[in-house]
Amino acid sequence: MSTQPILSARGLTKRYGRVTALDNCDFDLYPGEIQAVIGDNGAGKSTMIKALSGAIQPDEGEIRLDGQPVTFGSPIEARETGIETVYQTLAMSPALSIADNMFMGREIRKSGPMGRWLRQLDKAEMRRIAREKLSELGLMTIQNIDQTVETLSGGQRQGVAVARAAAFGSKVVILDEPTAALGVKESRKVLELIGRVRDRGVPIILISHNMPHVFEVADRIHVHRLGRRLCVLRPGEVTMSDAVALMTGAKTPDSLTPAA
Amino acid sequence: MQDATPDSDGSGSETVAAFAGPQGLRAKLAGILYASPAIVPLIVLIVAVAIFGLLLGDRFFTPFALTLILQQVAIIGIVASAQSLVILTAGIDLSVGAIMILSSVIMGKFTFDLGLPPALGVLCGLLCGLICGSISGYLVAYWKLPPFIVTLGMWQIVLAANFLYSGSEVIRSQDIAEQAPLLQFFGRTIEVGGAVFTYGVILLLVLVAVLTYVLSQTAWGRHVYAVGDDPGAAELSGVNVRGTLISVYALAGLICAFAGWALIGRIGSVSPQAGQLANIESITAVVIGGISLFGGRGSVAGTLFGALIVGVFTLGLRLLGADVQWTYLLIGVLIIAAVTVDQRIRRASL
Repeated sequence: MSTQPILSARGLTKRYGRVTALDNCDFDLYPGEIQAVIGDNGAGKSTMIKALSGAIQPDEGEIRLDGQPVTFGSPIEARETGIETVYQTLAMSPALSIADNMFMGREIRKSGPMGRWLRQLDKAEMRRIAREKLSELGLMTIQNIDQTVETLSGGQRQGVAVARAAAFGSKVVILDEPTAALGVKESRKVLELIGRVRDRGVPIILISHNMPHVFEVADRIHVHRLGRRLCVLRPGEVTMSDAVALMTGAKTPDSLTPAA
Repeated sequence: MQDATPDSDGSGSETVAAFAGPQGLRAKLAGILYASPAIVPLIVLIVAVAIFGLLLGDRFFTPFALTLILQQVAIIGIVASAQSLVILTAGIDLSVGAIMILSSVIMGKFTFDLGLPPALGVLCGLLCGLICGSISGYLVAYWKLPPFIVTLGMWQIVLAANFLYSGSEVIRSQDIAEQAPLLQFFGRTIEVGGAVFTYGVILLLVLVAVLTYVLSQTAWGRHVYAVGDDPGAAELSGVNVRGTLISVYALAGLICAFAGWALIGRIGSVSPQAGQLANIESITAVVIGGISLFGGRGSVAGTLFGALIVGVFTLGLRLLGADVQWTYLLIGVLIIAAVTVDQRIRRASL
């Protein structure tokens, strides 16, 4: 394990009125790992992820990226520092093409007068890069990069969304329930894809409710409970039922250690 | 570019994105319609021209008659282009006609009553359109008010302002021709053979060409579609949704002001009573032109075809001596047919 986490949080707290969604929460993501985040509904894991991806601003606490303190006013600011998030909704425009979607909000303009004065987009270049990024991740056999996203299956859409994040997420990729809406076969493909993104050196935060998926791909598992990190597990050292027991409070990390 | 090469990592053809093309002639046809929805109104336009040509022969198939249609749809076509932009963002602008009229009245009154140079009067009119549109855009983007309500209110406000300011007075055509011919600029004509093109028609064609370029070739254009498609997704993708919306309504207002200028050229005078139906007629052209009222789909070229279809029916039926109500009846049928086609195309795609 590397000494310095690429992304870390200390003492994150977020209150909504009288409800404390995040209570002095810590988080550490190390280079090259897939870290799963599990937790019961309402445990505050999505609040934590939103804080890390810039969607909300914590009331207290500090986030560090590469050791440097950072604050994100919006997901766009987080994205500019190299943290890409794939939302459960995927955030894609269904009527636009794969290439359009991959470059939405960061289009490439043509060089020369057409680009400078007439602001013409370099569509050929964007198609080329989109195609390259998809094939790097084994998402090839695309006949038509101009196909609209709504003509793709759920798994294909997820694939394009992950490829978009991986293409631009230089530091961290956050995946929110990437397999929740998918069938068995498509889930398998997406899990393989997540592994390939990690192999390319981009660490991943994976939020999932699916224990078999988590235990299959994660290097470490962050267990979230009552608004904070309860413990961090290694998939090889605990069983799935232990993880669920920790998540729900049926067991505590201390009671687990001797058995493991 | 090698499109269909199998991937190299050995996991076979069943990777996540095994994109398969549609099969069969029917599916292919559906695919073409889906990719370019402007084809449907274009086909309807060609068929309508052919039918009226057969029925009317030389009276219809002359350069003069065909360019007359263009002249008659120029104003509505320009307004409908503005309407297209707004509808592409899943909005609607009911105030387009009112903005057009107020702008033209300001151009006339500022020149004649305030004694401004005509060029400055025109500039003030254009500015008026821009400001009216910007206000609507601000209310839609920042206050999240429904576009229908905002522009319904704006329609009443602008129209009332128009009557209050103008006192319902008309500035006569010969006065304008004598003292401020610039106001009638878009009424000037170019003749090629028997074909007569007004500058207003040329403005329409240039406008459609420019908007087509901007919508398909610039980032702003892509953002307009993305905002209309799914504003939440656009926001998360890094699109400035508010800025895009405001710029769309502001640009639509400016285009309506240009329509107001062209309107002076068309009717010769400055009349506060003119163009009362422009908002409904512009929406008609947009819908027949295959732009989805749900936003994010369609093209300005389609809107041009939609406006031309209305023009062809209007002139063709008049030359046939039919009651004008037949025109309205047929256009009503076309509107419903166009929306049906839009729904079918979108369902076929899913």
